[in-house]
Amino acid sequence: MTTALATARATARKPATMAQALNRALRDALADDPSVHLLGEDIGTLGGVFRITDGLAKEFGDSRCTDTPLAEAGILGTAVGMAMYGLRPVVEMQFDAFAYPAFEQLVSHVSRMRNRTRGELPLPLTIRVPYGGGIGGVEHHSDSSEAYYLHTPGLHVVTPATVADAYGLLRAAIASDDPVIFLEPKRLYWSKADWSPDAPDEVPGIGQAVVRRPGRSATLITYGPSVPVCLEAAEAAEADGWDLEVLDLRSLMPFDDETLTASVRRTGRAVVVHESAGFGGAGAEIAARVTERCFHHLEAPVLRVTGFDIPYPPPMLERHHLPSVDRILDAVARLQWDEGGA
Amino acid sequence: MTVLDQPVWHPRTEPAPLLPDAEPYRVLGTPQARTLEPGLLTELYGRLVRGRRYNRQATALTKQGRLAVYPSSTGQEACQIAAALALRPQDWIFPSYRDTLAVVARGVDPVQVLTLLRGDWHSGYDSRACHVAPLSTPLATQLPHAVGLAHAARLQGDDVVALAMVGDGGTSEGDFHEALNFAAVWRAPVVFFVQNNGFAISVPLAKQTAAPSFAHKAVGYGMPGRLVDGNDAAAVHEVLTEAVRQAREGGGPTLVEAVTYRIEAHTNADDAGRYRDDAEVEAWRDRDPIALLEQELRARGLFDESLVSEVEDDAERMAADLRDRMNEDPALDPMDLFAHVYAEPTPQLREQAEMLRAELDAEAGS
Ligand SMILES: Cc1ncc(C[n+]2csc(CCOP(=O)(O)OP(=O)(O)O)c2C)c(N)n1
Repeated sequence: MTTALATARATARKPATMAQALNRALRDALADDPSVHLLGEDIGTLGGVFRITDGLAKEFGDSRCTDTPLAEAGILGTAVGMAMYGLRPVVEMQFDAFAYPAFEQLVSHVSRMRNRTRGELPLPLTIRVPYGGGIGGVEHHSDSSEAYYLHTPGLHVVTPATVADAYGLLRAAIASDDPVIFLEPKRLYWSKADWSPDAPDEVPGIGQAVVRRPGRSATLITYGPSVPVCLEAAEAAEADGWDLEVLDLRSLMPFDDETLTASVRRTGRAVVVHESAGFGGAGAEIAARVTERCFHHLEAPVLRVTGFDIPYPPPMLERHHLPSVDRILDAVARLQWDEGGA
Repeated sequence: MTVLDQPVWHPRTEPAPLLPDAEPYRVLGTPQARTLEPGLLTELYGRLVRGRRYNRQATALTKQGRLAVYPSSTGQEACQIAAALALRPQDWIFPSYRDTLAVVARGVDPVQVLTLLRGDWHSGYDSRACHVAPLSTPLATQLPHAVGLAHAARLQGDDVVALAMVGDGGTSEGDFHEALNFAAVWRAPVVFFVQNNGFAISVPLAKQTAAPSFAHKAVGYGMPGRLVDGNDAAAVHEVLTEAVRQAREGGGPTLVEAVTYRIEAHTNADDAGRYRDDAEVEAWRDRDPIALLEQELRARGLFDESLVSEVEDDAERMAADLRDRMNEDPALDPMDLFAHVYAEPTPQLREQAEMLRAELDAEAGS
């Protein structure tokens, strides 16, 4: 076999899930950098409840991929100490709502250690959190907690929506010298795309939004689990004569004002979509920034389609809570179109 | 007074040792078992059989899509039933997510106990009426609540004991430490009940604690720690009843560790083959809590046809009723999303409710 053929075969793109891409990112990070250490509940022998760390303890040993005692504050607190000593810990919180016991460590230490020590003690650690609903999870298994993290200066907050981004952004998060909250939309874990683990797509570093679908009529601004919903809404909107642009923020902190502003200035209309509660949510910040930067280009107020301002509902009722294609289209319809549509 | 007159540590003066059990306390199979009331033995037997049947039925309901998930307590029935029986009606129980049997044995409607796992509402029973806190999914977070409730009852002059349940994994959480310390400092009428079933999902005991036992932890807080065979229903019943009595009489909290084993996977969705051998599970079947009771009943000549058929009929009736009622679709009202978020809905919630109402009307109309 010629080398070219061998290379072509090795880099062949095959259907892969987001879970597989995340697993590969962790594996490559462990292989490339001996200071990378994974910590979490059930991440070793079991490979994590979502199997994101499958096979890693076996390949790299228990000390690189460690089953910890069941204590989230302990996991994050010890990770802080490990990072202070020069390691690069990657911790897994088993579910969104089970990260809350670690909140004290996060707010009081992780987010401000660099600042307190005038840069002497940066904390290069990654906190992986499976988040969001839509998987029929019972109480405490479907929270979207990004607003808490966003409102804590010092943390990066990143969330992938595609297989390629899952790999690229997780590698970037682990390589970052700042603490990164890496929010994994759990209902996209089994979403698939053609992807090559041996030649992963180039993904720009943390902090860059991307236009997933170009359009002229209005911009749907979204991230994480709501990206596929917005893409579906954009497809459906074609029938009504709307050509919607879908912008995937990818990173909520740092925030890419530039890409967002350029998009909304072009389209003149915007709807922000996310599944966490609307009040005081990320959408409020986004709408404010758009208004501040694009006021003279806007044809209508920036609207939001979000989860209701309620505790996450039980599985049998969650479909009424989550932003749906219909709700997004209803919002688009309210963007003050002239008679006769777009 | 100088600084040296202030005690900086408290010498223990009570004669009672804080850690009386050198190994898990047993009753069944020992001479002491012969002193047990026949009525207690047959009651425990009937309730354990019924409990196991409940676990089996609930697991079957997951296969039929009637439950989102079910964490079975098969193998732990002695702990579950003894916990409920040790309490008086006015006492409270603070269950962890796996403790459905204890809640049912307490008298709560078996269907209401399962609403959480069916997914139509979070907590399906009236906690105040049955003195059972909601099943707690965030592990160990309910333990301080038990201390607070017991403390409040005592402040009000009420005779109430709180039983707080937690797994071996849950003991690693900070809330476990804080709850035990508060309870001991306040001498609150609380019994902490650790079911050590060997695993926290896939994580074995050795990765959870380096303590010789969980009972040992009690000593550091200044409360007694009891170690009991969690598959010996008579022993667990005796130890918990004694701890409840002591709490009631002002003797303060006790930590009880029951050594048992999780026979099933973590839940129906878990694959235990990834982290443990079947041989280990089989070895524990020799200490099956129901079989241990049966042996004692046989030795006493109490295990006869009529007992067996009565117990089995009762368990089947319960299972059939559970199956029938769980096979009915629960009544769902999406507008419930907005009820009970606050005492009074906020203007924003009222607006959001109107929007959903309009959507539902449109859906119904189209
Ligand atoms: C605070 C918190 N962290 C993580 C979890 C996820 N989780 C659910 S059950 C479980 C293991 C619990 O083990 P243990 O306390 O021993 O109870 P058991 O399952 O054995 O009854 C874990 C980690 C959780 N429910 N709550």
